Amino acid sequence: MTEHTYPNLQGPVCPLPLQPGPQIVIGHGSGGGMTHDLIVNVFQKYLGNAILNAGNDSARLNGGLAAPPGFQLVISTDAHVVFPLFFPGGDIGRLSVCGTVNDVAMLGAEPRYLTASFILEEGFSIGELESVLASMREACAEAGVSIIAADTKVTEKGKSDKLFISTTGIGWAPNDRAVSGNQAQPGDAVLISGPLGNHGIAVLQARGNLGFQSDVQSDTAPLNHLTQGLCAAFPDVHVLRDPTRGGLATTLVEIAAQSGVTIQLDEKEIPIDTPVRSACDLLGLDPLYLANEGKVIVILPEETAEAALQYMRGQKYGEVARRIGTVVSRSSGQLLLRTALGTTRILDMLAGEMLPRIC
Amino acid sequence: MSLSSSELFRSAELTRLLAGEIRQAVTRPWNIMEICGGQTHAILQYGLDQLLPPEITLIHGPGCPVCVTSLEAIENALQIAHLPEVIFTSFGDMLRVPGAKANLFSARAEGADVRVVYSPLDAVKLARENPQKQVVFFAIGFETTVPSIAASVLHAERNQITNFSILPANVLVPPAMHAILQSPDNRVNAFLAAGHVCAVMGYWEYEAIAARYRAPIVVTGFEPVDLLRGILMTVRQLESGRFVVENAYSRAVTREGNLAAQEMIKQVFEPVDRQWRGIGIIPLSGLGLRPRYADFNALQRFPLTRQSPMESPLCIAGQVLRGNATPHDCPAFGRECTPASPLGAPMVSSEGACSAYYRYQRVKA
Repeated sequence: MTEHTYPNLQGPVCPLPLQPGPQIVIGHGSGGGMTHDLIVNVFQKYLGNAILNAGNDSARLNGGLAAPPGFQLVISTDAHVVFPLFFPGGDIGRLSVCGTVNDVAMLGAEPRYLTASFILEEGFSIGELESVLASMREACAEAGVSIIAADTKVTEKGKSDKLFISTTGIGWAPNDRAVSGNQAQPGDAVLISGPLGNHGIAVLQARGNLGFQSDVQSDTAPLNHLTQGLCAAFPDVHVLRDPTRGGLATTLVEIAAQSGVTIQLDEKEIPIDTPVRSACDLLGLDPLYLANEGKVIVILPEETAEAALQYMRGQKYGEVARRIGTVVSRSSGQLLLRTALGTTRILDMLAGEMLPRIC
Repeated sequence: MSLSSSELFRSAELTRLLAGEIRQAVTRPWNIMEICGGQTHAILQYGLDQLLPPEITLIHGPGCPVCVTSLEAIENALQIAHLPEVIFTSFGDMLRVPGAKANLFSARAEGADVRVVYSPLDAVKLARENPQKQVVFFAIGFETTVPSIAASVLHAERNQITNFSILPANVLVPPAMHAILQSPDNRVNAFLAAGHVCAVMGYWEYEAIAARYRAPIVVTGFEPVDLLRGILMTVRQLESGRFVVENAYSRAVTREGNLAAQEMIKQVFEPVDRQWRGIGIIPLSGLGLRPRYADFNALQRFPLTRQSPMESPLCIAGQVLRGNATPHDCPAFGRECTPASPLGAPMVSSEGACSAYYRYQRVKA
């Protein structure tokens, strides 16, 4: 007779659920316990504050949290997708805070709150998510804003790309502050807070297929302290705008059209760092069309231009501000470039994706 | 003060001096064609035409490689790109070039796997990394891109990477110069030859062309100072009745060129008749794979349906590419046809004449 060994049936026989691993899984988007754990252990760890941690479906802003009398609400919303998520000088977290903070700041407003929604792809590393959240926390602290409402969803693998972040910014501005893209006047001076194109080249570089190395860093930064200080010191600022996608040229073409003016730039005065210029020369790209994430165009009357420039140079992110052009006349909206050779050409909007030239 | 070389060749002072010398040298009207789209782009980007005396007309040549790639080649590319097993790779500015109805961007939006590479060797790398896929590289461009394409074929052969192929569509400069000079409505008196093409091929081949058609040819670079120096040397030849090949780009170009690159091209490719978009078939103006490398020909690897695509009737790209019309002559320019929705290829690439005009001189001065 054969000896049989029988399994021990005295303890639990039902398989224990696996503890969550280091990756996002579909269960994190279930709305159940795993979602709750992710929110408490990961999101609140970095972004937590009294309003967010209250755990309600929405945030209530009243009393000292709401806009004071004499101020109007300013709101902006922006979705952030970037490949790769981490690049020299920043990541999608810093970008998603600074991008929206800057959009609110460009009306001369003081950004106060952000909301954020996160679309996570199944399989995304929780460690990378934590790095992104840590840099959001750092950018929020620098800008002086808090995230007061947040949401997270998980898609199946392949239905999104690692991490998308959509943020909405809320701030307030004095009722009489008229800063707007349609306020450029003939005679105004055009200033830029610093050199152009660094973000665009840093991201291209981080994609790793350029075949050369450079140490260009993205300029991703919150500009609200610079712009608020400027608006307070120079109430006659007409236009503030951050030249993000499409670059300086596309942004100024938009402003020229909104204001119905012709703007002339002086090529010699436009600051571009040498590594950025060299990369552009090699790739056949035009730095005037490269994205920036920490620069502001300031348009204001000629009389205050020099003082405003001096003020900007004394502030963080404005240290190398330059006067780059002038609003020359009323028109249907045109951007001209006076080249270093003394000739003139038209600058247009970027048509579509910027494509490297073949030779 | 010391200047970097790019600052030196963009120097405002030197350009002013050269423009002054050109004005002094010129006594009669001359039509000078810059072959290369990169030169057209630089001329308009820096506004060099504004510095020239009215006697000199610059005619923009057919030297934008994406512009002259035939409609048929683009339709073949689209068919191949749509095959489910294919990763289709291309230089970036080819993606927006319109075929009869679609371009490679729209193919990508419809689900085709279309990727931009900076070098054909990157496509070979993709092939090695994706053995279950077929990786196809769209071989376009003038003599400048051919050496790296030849190298990619040799590299794939050496490493037995059998899932790599190319769609051959390269074109050659000298046959196009013959075609332009032989055309009955030719207006071109002289050429600026493309410096980067000559860096590969040398310029000995141009000597017969200059002599046969009594047309000066000056090998010219791409910076403002290079271009004006090339124009000045051309004008001096024209004014004194000389017609030889001169080299205004000696920092990059020798008469013989890059012999190793030429050898590699000769090993992999042979001259074939080729269709130029808007121009027609130019004899022996293209490069096809030699029989030994026929396995790397995507046209043979994939079953394709033949088609006879039609150009937009509004577009006068052919005349622009032949130098017989400027973009301003086109009724669709800036209206139906813009860089965002181009009707013809010269509006697509930043090297294309229509695109360069649209970007820099939309309003006729």
